[in-house]
Order: sequence, then structure tokens, then C-alpha cells
Amino acid sequence: MIRLEGIERLFQVGDEQVHALRGVDLTLEAGEYVSLMGPSGSGKSTLLNVLGLLDRPNAGRYWFEGIDTAELAEERRADLRRDRIGFVFQSFHLIGRLTARENVELPLMLAGIAPAERHARASKVLDALGLEDRADHRPDQLSGGQRQRVAIARATILEPALLLADEPTGNLDKHSSADVMRVLEELNQSGLTLVVVTHDPEVGERARRRIHMEDGAIVSG
Amino acid sequence: MRPDDVLRFGGRALTSARGRTWLMLLAMAIGVAAVVVLTALGDGARRYVSNEFSSLGTHLLVMLPGRTETSGAAPPLVGGTPRDITLEDVRALQRAREIRLLAPIVVGSAPVSHKQLERESTILGSTAAMLDIRNLELASGRFLPDDDLLHAAPLAVLGAKLKQHLFGNQPALGEWIRLNDRRYRVIGVLKPMGESIGVDIGDVAIIPAASAQALFDTESVFRVLIQADGRERIGQAKAAALAIMKDRHNGEEDVTVITQDALLATFDGIFQTLTFSVVGIAAISLGVAGILIMNVMLVSVSQRTAEVGLLKALGGRERQILWLFLVEAGLLSLAGAALGLLLALAGVWGLGRTLPELPLVVPPWSIAAALLVSLGTGLLFGVLPARRAARLDPVFALNRR
Repeated sequence: MIRLEGIERLFQVGDEQVHALRGVDLTLEAGEYVSLMGPSGSGKSTLLNVLGLLDRPNAGRYWFEGIDTAELAEERRADLRRDRIGFVFQSFHLIGRLTARENVELPLMLAGIAPAERHARASKVLDALGLEDRADHRPDQLSGGQRQRVAIARATILEPALLLADEPTGNLDKHSSADVMRVLEELNQSGLTLVVVTHDPEVGERARRRIHMEDGAIVSG
Repeated sequence: MRPDDVLRFGGRALTSARGRTWLMLLAMAIGVAAVVVLTALGDGARRYVSNEFSSLGTHLLVMLPGRTETSGAAPPLVGGTPRDITLEDVRALQRAREIRLLAPIVVGSAPVSHKQLERESTILGSTAAMLDIRNLELASGRFLPDDDLLHAAPLAVLGAKLKQHLFGNQPALGEWIRLNDRRYRVIGVLKPMGESIGVDIGDVAIIPAASAQALFDTESVFRVLIQADGRERIGQAKAAALAIMKDRHNGEEDVTVITQDALLATFDGIFQTLTFSVVGIAAISLGVAGILIMNVMLVSVSQRTAEVGLLKALGGRERQILWLFLVEAGLLSLAGAALGLLLALAGVWGLGRTLPELPLVVPPWSIAAALLVSLGTGLLFGVLPARRAARLDPVFALNRR
């Protein structure tokens, strides 16, 4: 489903060039559950952003579901992000003025789906995540675990093929962490490809495939 | 994305961040109001000066018999004495399209008496048009009737001082007075005023021109006051008057028409300066309003970089994100402009009450300019930072909070 070949990513920091990714080769099969681990600055978040089409590599090739992404126009990349890829962030990134339901509906709104259908689909996803009585609450009225579950509902409402989670439990207590990981793993079991970036070994150990990174290169996995 | 969703999204963004929205509305409203109020003030000052000058008689031409120009040619052998201007001439002049108002003046001096009281006064013979040309105002009664120029009606309008002398505090309207041995009925009394055309207007009796000619036993008119049909037609009115007189006087140009050139030049200078100041005031307030709006919009959009990053990550296209911010900025600008206009109307109304002598009117162009600037700067500075954010690396945008 995903194939990376010789991915390079360079950042200019002041006068210095930082090599965030160097020669990364990676293949992911559909339905895999992968954790990306490594010390901070090892390039794991950068790799996640490249996988999520948020970032473009300086060199190398990236096939997403057989499509060579280097040749895609920015608009097509945006469409792929919307329809095929879901993101879950450490800091949730919910819009504070919108209710849980409206946050979940955002990708549907961007896709131009009518309000009635949006409402129904959001309700279904929120119900599945046990948030039915929280649908009309704003994020500041929700607990951290509930917020992350809303974010997961938003990431999965368009039934993507790939779910990318960047430190999804970084801001959560132990109980909520376990809860969120369970939700993510259930989604994986239903066929979603799941990539989790973390530096918490306990979270990382849960994945079937563990990739370790150091200095922008994959050292194992 | 559906248009109603775009509108709702923008509306929600504005209504939820209440403090920021009010701040931006205030900035816009103050900008718009400043433009409208300041231009109304400037324009009012301009109108005020313009009115004052036209009441000084800038549109006025004076025709007198004889040529006052010195010419290099030898003195004419025939027709040495200029012909008089008659009431028939005046009637002919009335037909000129360039001339709005025309009043002949016949001047003389005669004793005016009522019962035992008598006073030597100036007698002005004229017509109804004199009231408007000289901006005379009546304290009571009415002015000379607008009837046939040649009809010598026994009617008189008295100056304030003369009325006081003859009647004291008794009413004068309808009473008969005597000029020499002729009787005239008083039909009006003027308000106390200063001098006009070199005559103390308080100490006069104004009677119809034909009556004055009969009284002084003359066929001639001392002066003709001509009011041109607008300031820009003064030259045309002068030429037309001269042409008519030349035609009637056998091709001889034996009258002189005096325009108030010095006064006009001064007026033009002041008027131009005032116009420039109004334009300057408008330009500066537009600029200030624009910068005010620009700043608030810049801050507002920069605060929401993370939101832009999120929308990109969720698959929002650059154009969609721009559209969202554009509509939000548009809504804000419209509301701000509406608020500003209300503020401006209230301001102009208040100023009108404190400065009643200033003719305050909101010039329509200033409303248009204010709206254009608020919408223009609002959209421009709502979209420029949003575009920068939309083009930003979403990774970077997401991590800014």
C-alpha cells in the first residue's frame, strides 16, 4: 500500500542544514499496525508528515496506493489527505468554538456533503466511540481522553485507508491512554492501516511491527 | 464546500471570538465613521464659505451708462454724450437666458413725510427682483409686486430707520406716506441692515422704478443690477448684456458692465483651498482607517495559523481555506461598515445640532469611499495573512499555537 524509496528531507536551520531523513526505504502493507519510535530529533515525526502528504521530501520516491505522489498537484494531495488519510495529533487540534459533532463534521464540510447527511454520519461515528452524549459539548467541556476520541472520530469519518497518530497519548493520563490506544487498535482490526509515532515504549511495544529511528534513518524494523 | 457552510463557518468564527470581533468592528466602524464625518465637516465648511460669498454678491454684475474705458482713439465727433439706459432696455435685457435676475435702480433724494414728521431720505426705484439680488429681508409686510416694469404703482417699502423715524413703534403697514407731493402706501418694512451698494439701506424708501422715474421726472436708469445664472456664466451674462445694449443703441457700445473680479478671484482661491483640504482630510482618514483595519486583521489571522494548518491536514484545499477567510473578512467588513455608518450619521446629526450655521450634508461619495476602503482593506488584510498561512507548510502551521 505504501512504498518509500530513498526519502531525503533537509531543513535549513539558520546557516546549518539539518538532515531530518536520510535514505529512508519503507514498505507498509494494508492493515498493518506500526509504531515509529526513537529519540526526539530522530526524524519520526518528519517521516509521519511525509507519509501523510503534509510534507514533501527533497529526494526519493513515495507511492501511496500505487500513486507516485511526487507528481501530484497540491490540490490532489489535499484530496488524498481528506479521503484516504486520517491524522491524530498530540494536542488534539480541535477547533474550540465548534462542538464535538461539528469538529467531526469538518472533513465532510470540506468535501461539500449536505448538513443532514453530515449529521447522521457524525452521529454514527460518535456513537461507535461512546461519545453520543458528548456530541454537543465544546472541547473545553470534555476530558483529554474524550477530546482525543473526538479527534479520532474526525480522522476516520471519511473511512480512510491510513491513520497516522503523532504521540496520540502524549497529553493523556494512563487510563485515558489505554482507552485511546484500544480505540485505535480496534480501528486497525477493522482493516485500517495504523502508524503511531511515540517515544513511550509501553505504547510502542503494543504494535506488531516496531520501527526504530535514529538520526533520520531507520535502524531496525 | 457549500456556500452556506462557508458563511456559517465564518459567522461562527466571528461570534465565538467576541472580544476580538468587537475590537475589529470598532476599528472598522471608527475608520468608516471618521471618513464620513470628517468629509461632511469639510464639505460643510466649503458650502458655508460658498454661501457666504454668494450673499456678498459674487454673481452680481452692475451696468451703468457711458463708457468708462479710456481708448486711444480720437474723441468721437458725433454722439458724444452717452445715451441713457431706459426701462425698455431693462425689459429687453430680461430676455437674455444667461441672466437670472435683473433689477434697475433709479436713485434720488426726497423728503418723506407722514403726518407732521418729515425726513430727507434716499429713494430707490427698483423692482421685485431687488429683494433677491441684494439679499434684503423684510421685517413685516411684503416687497414690491412682480408686475409690469412700466407700471408706476404708488407703493413703498421702508428701511428700518426711516420707519422708526416716521412711525415710532406704531404699525406702518397700510399707512400712506408722502414723497414730495405724491402719496404712497407702505406695504413692507425692511429688517435693520447695513449698507448696500453704497446706500444706507436703513434710511431708504423703495418704490417701483417707474414711480421713481415719475417722481424725479426722468427717463433714465441709474444702474442695472444683473445676477448671472451661476458663477461660471458671469462672462456670458456680461457679453449678452453688452450685445443687447449695443443692438438697441444703434451699434454703439455706450454702457459699461462691471464684474466683481477681485472678489471672484479671492473666492476662487479660498474655494480651491477648501476643496483641497476636504480631499486631504478624506485621504488621511481613509488611510488611517485602512491601517487600523489592516492591523487588527493581521493579528486576528496570525492567531489562527494552527487552525489553517489543521484545515490543510484535514484535506482543505488552499482555495477553500482562502475562501473561508475571505468570507469571514467580508462579513466583518460589512458589519463594521454598517456600524460605522450609523456612528457617522449620529455624529453628523450631533455636529449639526452644535453647529447649526454649518450646512452639514454627508457627501454620497464619502460613503462610497468609506465602504470601499473598509471592504477593500478588510478583504485584503484578511486574505493576505490567510494566504500566507495556507501556503505555509502545514506541519509548521500546526505546531504554532
